[in-house]
Amino acid sequence: MEEDNIIKISVEDREGKTHSLEAPTDMALNLMEVMKSYELPVEGTCGGMALCASCHCYVLSDHDLSEASEAEEDMLDQAFFVEDNSRLSCQIKLSKEHNGLGVKLAPVS
Amino acid sequence: MIKTDILIIGAGPVGLFTVFEAGLLKLNCHLIDALPQVGGQLSEIYPKKPIYDIPGYPSILAGDLVDRLMEQIEPFKPKFTLGERAESIEKIDGDRFILTTNKGTKIDAGVIAIAGGLGSFEPRKPPIPGIEKLEDKGVNYFVRDPELYRNKKILIAGGGDSALDWTIELAEIASQVTLVHRRTSFRGALDSVEKVTELAKAGKVNLVTKAQAIGIHGEEKLEGVKIKTENEEKDLDVDYFIPLFGLSPKLGPIADWDLNITKNAIEVDTLDYSTNVPGIYAIGDINTYEGKLKLILCGFHEATLMVQSAFKRIYPDQKLSFKYTTVTGIEGL
Repeated sequence: MEEDNIIKISVEDREGKTHSLEAPTDMALNLMEVMKSYELPVEGTCGGMALCASCHCYVLSDHDLSEASEAEEDMLDQAFFVEDNSRLSCQIKLSKEHNGLGVKLAPVS
Repeated sequence: MIKTDILIIGAGPVGLFTVFEAGLLKLNCHLIDALPQVGGQLSEIYPKKPIYDIPGYPSILAGDLVDRLMEQIEPFKPKFTLGERAESIEKIDGDRFILTTNKGTKIDAGVIAIAGGLGSFEPRKPPIPGIEKLEDKGVNYFVRDPELYRNKKILIAGGGDSALDWTIELAEIASQVTLVHRRTSFRGALDSVEKVTELAKAGKVNLVTKAQAIGIHGEEKLEGVKIKTENEEKDLDVDYFIPLFGLSPKLGPIADWDLNITKNAIEVDTLDYSTNVPGIYAIGDINTYEGKLKLILCGFHEATLMVQSAFKRIYPDQKLSFKYTTVTGIEGL
């Protein structure tokens, strides 16, 4: 079945509304790109290089994500409203393990 | 007053290449950029990242591409106004423009080409209630003159090179320096990190990690900053608060120029990348149209078509003949 490569993700926007997204896992997409393709208000200014912090989100589900790299942490230093579950969504490379992932968009300053 | 054929707002890759294509048509260019250096995002955000989709270069570092572009446009002697932001435009004589920068520089141009990328880079401002009210009244996003801080109590926030470097320098001048940072580790150059750690041990810098500034107080001028650490919130009496969280692009005053804007991008006609205001064009990442791709490559193409239209506007009575550089070269232009 083709659906094998599709995962579901839920994203809470800044108004508290939850959006259900479907994403293919065989196209090397990251979460920022998928959210942008659904026209959610994510800037992704730098294009996904962990160089701008404009795709900052909070991970709400208890998925075991890879640790944030030093570059990602460095960039989070320049973001605001940073919490323990803060991540740059461009650094979450989507794979089957992320099915059911839940995130919330961080406020923009 | 500076006078030019094409005034290019934004000295990123697309703005720079515009000089080349304009030069082939004997149009001269003046570029302005809010950043103090050319290259836009390529210099400011990712100079050491390789780019793989520039024709003819299987891989080129962003910073190197900027250097090559500068070399390529050098024969056309472009002029630059750097470190100044385009603030306002007014139309004169029916068809020319005068642009004024935030520092009062005025430039008279026949055509304006906005190649502003994502906008002008401005300091990231912490989302602290009331902070705007105290900007330049104790809250400074840049250190322009260190002497301002002599014998003053200052608080610096941030974890990068500028936060570390200014902490080190101002520790010599100010009566008290506090550095507040979100984590215990810093992303700055290793020797700066070591130096700040030494200063903290020697009691010359008050280093507060795993903390952030969350509030400020003061009416006419800054009186103090509230910081939140892992365990507590506390008020620090300071004369100056210097948040150093890097720069981020903002569309800025361009948004008020009566241009049609959709989602922070300027709508253009793909015939010649003209905007709804005759004589103003928008090229590169700052424009939008059906099928738009934000690629340097596409910006180069847009610049090339745009200057053809600009020529017709500046010299309506002259015939434009298209020539290949392989036939005429660029010498003697």
